[in-house]
Amino acid sequence: MQHDCLHVLLADDDKDDRLFFKYAIEELKIQTVVTTVNDGVELMDYLSKTENQKPDLVFLDLNMPRKGGMECLKEIRNNKSFNDLSIAIYSTSGSEKDIEESFVLGANIYITKPNDFTSLKKILAEVININWQYHTSGLNKENFVLSI
Amino acid sequence: MKLYIRYNINTTSKLLLQEQLDKLGLTCELTGLGELEVKNGISAEQHNQLSVVLKKYGIEILDDRISALVQKTKDTIIEMLYLEEKLPPSKISFYLAQKLNYSFGYISNLFSEVTFISIENFIIIQKIERVKQLIIADELTFTQISSKLNYSSSAHLSWQFKKITGLTPTAFQRIIKRRREKNGSDTGKII
Repeated sequence: MQHDCLHVLLADDDKDDRLFFKYAIEELKIQTVVTTVNDGVELMDYLSKTENQKPDLVFLDLNMPRKGGMECLKEIRNNKSFNDLSIAIYSTSGSEKDIEESFVLGANIYITKPNDFTSLKKILAEVININWQYHTSGLNKENFVLSI
Repeated sequence: MKLYIRYNINTTSKLLLQEQLDKLGLTCELTGLGELEVKNGISAEQHNQLSVVLKKYGIEILDDRISALVQKTKDTIIEMLYLEEKLPPSKISFYLAQKLNYSFGYISNLFSEVTFISIENFIIIQKIERVKQLIIADELTFTQISSKLNYSSSAHLSWQFKKITGLTPTAFQRIIKRRREKNGSDTGKII
C-alpha cells in the first residue's frame, strides 16, 4: 500500500522534551510529520476535531497538568473511532507494574524516557520503524505491544 | 458476548477480487500472489474504476514494478509463515529466491530501500507476530510453536520474543488475557 508519511502526535508539558523529540524525529529516514500539544486536555481537543489530520501514532507523557497520560489512554481506548491509533506511553517510570497496567489499558508501546539524546534518537527510530511496518504491512495492531 | 474468529485473508481477498472483476465485466486470471492477468486488456477508464472500488477494501493496484516486487516479497513471507504447516527446512533466502525468481541479493536490496527495514528483520517481526497469534489461540505449547517456526528451542523463541517486544511470551499472554477480561462485554473486535 502507498503511504507517504507517518503522522505523529506528542502530548508533553515539558518544553525541552518536546523540542528534543522533534529534533530526534527529524533525523529519521521515514518521513514523519510531528504535531505537539502541551497537555491531555489539548490532546483530546485536537483528536475530537474532525478537521485536524488524524495521527497514526500518539506519544503520551504520563505526568501532565490538567489531564494525565493514563486518563487520555482510557478515553482514547473507549472511543471506537480511534481503534486504528497506536499509543505510546512516554514515561520516566519504568516499573513493571506501570508497564503492564498501560498495556492492559490498551497502550501499544511503553517507552522509558532515556537520559541522553543519542539513546532517545535510537529508541524513537526503532519505535517509528516498527510502527511503520504495522502501518504498511497490515499487521494486527491489537497484538502490537512493545516495551523499550 | 464476544466471538473470536479466525479468517483466511488470502481466500477473502481472492473472492472479493473476483466479485469486483465480474462486476466490471473483466475476464481475469489470478496468476499467483498479487498478480492479475487481464485477458482482453483493460481500458484506462476500467483501470480507474477498478482502482477506486478496490481501494475501499484496502487493495491497491501497484503501478510500478518495484513496489509490486516488494509487495510480493512481503506476501510470500507472510504466506510461508501462515500457510505452511511447518516452515521449510531450507534457508529463507533460498526459499524466497526460488518463489520470486530473482536473486536474494537483488530482492533484499530493493526491500530495504523501499521499506526501511532489512528482509531479515521483517521476517523476524512477522515471525513474532505469528507467535503472538499462536499464543493467543492457545492450542499449541511454546515448545510446539518453536518447532513449528523452526526455532532451535523454546528458550531461543522466548529470547527473540523478548528482544522484539520487550516482554516475555508469558507476560504477553497475561496482558492479552487481562485486556480481554477488561473489555469483556465489548463486541465487534476481531482478533
